[in-house]
Amino acid sequence: MSAAPLLSAFRQSLFEAWASGAGVLLPLGFFAGTAAMVPFTLGSEAELLSRVGPGILWLALALSSMVTLERVFQADLQDGALDLWLQDTGSISLVAAIKTLTHWLVSGFPLVLLTPLIGFMLGVPTTKMIPAMIGYSMGGLIFFLWGGVAAALSASVARAGLLIALIALPLYVPALIFGVQMIDAGFNSPSFMLLSASTLFALGVAPAAMGAALRLAAE
Amino acid sequence: MLSYLANPFRFMRFSKIAIPISFAAGLLMVAWSLYNGLFVVPPDEAQGGDLMRAMFTHVPSAWLCMGLYAALAVSSFIWYIWRHELADVAARAIAPIGAGYTALCFITGSIWGQKGWGAGWHNLILGDSRLMSVLVLFFLFLGYIALRAALETRQKAARAAAILAMVGMINVPIIKVSVDMWQTTTIHQPSSVISIGAPEPREEGSGMDWVYLQQLLWGFGGHSLLAAAMIMMLMRSEVYGQQAERALALKLEGS
Amino acid sequence: MNKSLLIQGRGLGAVRGERVLFREISITATPGDLILLRGANGSGKTTLLRQLAGLSEPQNGEIERAGLHHWIGHTNGLKAHATPESHLRHWGRVWGSEIDPTTLLKEMGLSRPAKVPSRMLSAGQKRRTALARLKLQSRPLWLLDEPFNALDTSGQALLADLITTHRATGGAVIAALHGAAAVEASSEVTL
Repeated sequence: MSAAPLLSAFRQSLFEAWASGAGVLLPLGFFAGTAAMVPFTLGSEAELLSRVGPGILWLALALSSMVTLERVFQADLQDGALDLWLQDTGSISLVAAIKTLTHWLVSGFPLVLLTPLIGFMLGVPTTKMIPAMIGYSMGGLIFFLWGGVAAALSASVARAGLLIALIALPLYVPALIFGVQMIDAGFNSPSFMLLSASTLFALGVAPAAMGAALRLAAE
Repeated sequence: MLSYLANPFRFMRFSKIAIPISFAAGLLMVAWSLYNGLFVVPPDEAQGGDLMRAMFTHVPSAWLCMGLYAALAVSSFIWYIWRHELADVAARAIAPIGAGYTALCFITGSIWGQKGWGAGWHNLILGDSRLMSVLVLFFLFLGYIALRAALETRQKAARAAAILAMVGMINVPIIKVSVDMWQTTTIHQPSSVISIGAPEPREEGSGMDWVYLQQLLWGFGGHSLLAAAMIMMLMRSEVYGQQAERALALKLEGS
Repeated sequence: MNKSLLIQGRGLGAVRGERVLFREISITATPGDLILLRGANGSGKTTLLRQLAGLSEPQNGEIERAGLHHWIGHTNGLKAHATPESHLRHWGRVWGSEIDPTTLLKEMGLSRPAKVPSRMLSAGQKRRTALARLKLQSRPLWLLDEPFNALDTSGQALLADLITTHRATGGAVIAALHGAAAVEASSEVTL
C-alpha cells in the first residue's frame, strides 16, 4: 500500500478512537482512579509508596489497556468495515498495525502524560520520572500490540473482555518486568535494552498475528 | 512414525492397543519412581530434607509441561500450514493435559520449597523464578483452552487457537528471560528462607547423585507415557465426537 | 482462464461446524451478466458470496478472479461516527479515486444527510451510502448481498438503474436475493 491509503487509514482510526465515546477518557479515568486507590490499600508511608509506586502504575497501565481493546476490532467486524479492508489484498496486517498505533496514541499515551502527576502524588522521585515515562510509552505500545492480538482473536466473541485479559496477561509479563526494572536502572541497563528489543519484537510479530486473526474473524 | 499415524483410521487402530500399554507401563514406572523416591532414597538435607522428595514428581512434570507446550505449538503449526485434521485433534487434547502437569509442577514445587508448614510459604513461591515462569505457562495453557471454548465453530476455534499457540511459543523465551531477571532484582531480597529450601533442581551431571537422577528419569519416562496415554484417549473421544456430529448433521439434512 | 471471464469458481463447497452448506457449486461471470443467488435462509448464499469476494476460504474448489470487485454485504461497512461524505472520502483516498464525493452523494439522493454520522441515518440511507461506493471507483465485478434490502421504491429504482448501466458497460453483477427481483437476470444459481 502506498502512503495516501495508509495515511487515510491512520486518520480514520485516529478519529474513530477519539470519537468512539470512550476513547481517551475511560482509560484515563480508570488509570487515575486505580492510582488514586493505591494509598488506601498500601498506607501512606512515603517510602513504601515511592518504592512500590512505579510498579503499581505499571500494572494500572496494563489493565487500562484492556479497557478499550475489546471494541477495537469487534466494531470493524460488526459494521462490515473489516470486509472492506480485506478486499485490498495483503494489507490487513498493516491496517491492524495502524489501528493499534492509533489506539495506543489515544488510549495509552495520555496515561503516560499523566504519570508525573500521579508519580508526584505517590512520592516517586523526580529523577525517575523521565525513565518511567519513556518506559511506560514503550511498554504501553507492547501492551496494545499483544493485547491487540488477543482482541483480534476474540473479535467474534461477545463480551470478550475477560477472555482478552486471560490471553494477553502472559504476553504482558516481559514488558511488566523490564519496564519496572528500567525505572530504577535507567537507560544504560540490560532491562532498557530488553524493553526496546521486546518492543521491536512485538512490532514485528504482533501485526502479522493480528492480520491472520482478523482474516479468520471475517470468515 | 508420525506420518504413518497421520491417517485417522490408522491412528484409531494404533491407539486402541497403544493406550492400555502406555498407560500401564507409565503407571508402573511412576509407581516405581515414587516408591523409591518416597521410601527408599535417603533424604538430602541440603535440598530441604524429606520435603525434597516432592522433586520426584516436580521435576518430571516440569520437563513434561514445557515439552507439552512445545508439542502444542508444533501441532498447531502443522495444522495451520497443512490443515491436517489429526494435528488439530492432538492440539486440543494436549492442552488440558499440559495444563494439568503445569499445575502439578507448580504445586509440588511449592511443597518442596516450603521449609516446614507455615514458614515463609509465599516467599518461596515468589522467590523462585522457575516456579513463576511455570505459573505464567499455566496461564498460557488456560488462555488457549478458554479461546477454543469461546469460539463457535470447530474450524474457527482451531484456527484462532493455533495462532495463539504459535504466538505463545515464540514469546516463551522472552518470558523466561524476563522472569529470570525479575528474580534477581525484586524488591524482596532473596532471603535465607529460599536458600535453605531452594527447589533448584540441579541438572544432571553437575553433582546430582545417580541415586536421585535414576528415579527422576523413571518418573519422567513414566509420566510421559501416562501423558501420552491420556492425550490419545482424549483424541479418540474427540474423533468419535466429530463422527457423531457429522452423522447427526447428515441425518438432519436428510429429513 | 478465458480473458473475458470476470470470475470463475469451480467445485466450491462450504462447511459450518459439521454441517455441509453446499458442495460442487460452479459459477462463471462474463461481462453483462447478472447472476442471482437464490435459496432459503441459511442455505449458504452469503457464504458463497463471501467466498467469491475472497473473504472466506472455500472448503473445496478454486476461484479465479480477473480483477478487483466491489463488495456490499449485509452490513454496509459504515463506521458509526462516519458521515456519508467522510466515508466516501476515506475510501476514495484508500482506493485512489479522484471522484468528488459531493456529486456522488447528490446522485444517490444523499445531499441532505451527507454530513450526518451514520448512526443517525436510516437503514435505507446507509444502504444508499454503500451503493455510492460502487460509483466511487469503476470495477468490473459487483458482489452484492441482498442489495435491495431496506431501500424504498426510489432507492430500488436507483439500484436497478445502476445495475443496468453497469451491465451495459461490460460489468457483471452477482447478487444474493431473497424475494422477487427488480431486474432481469441472465442466470440463477439456487443453493
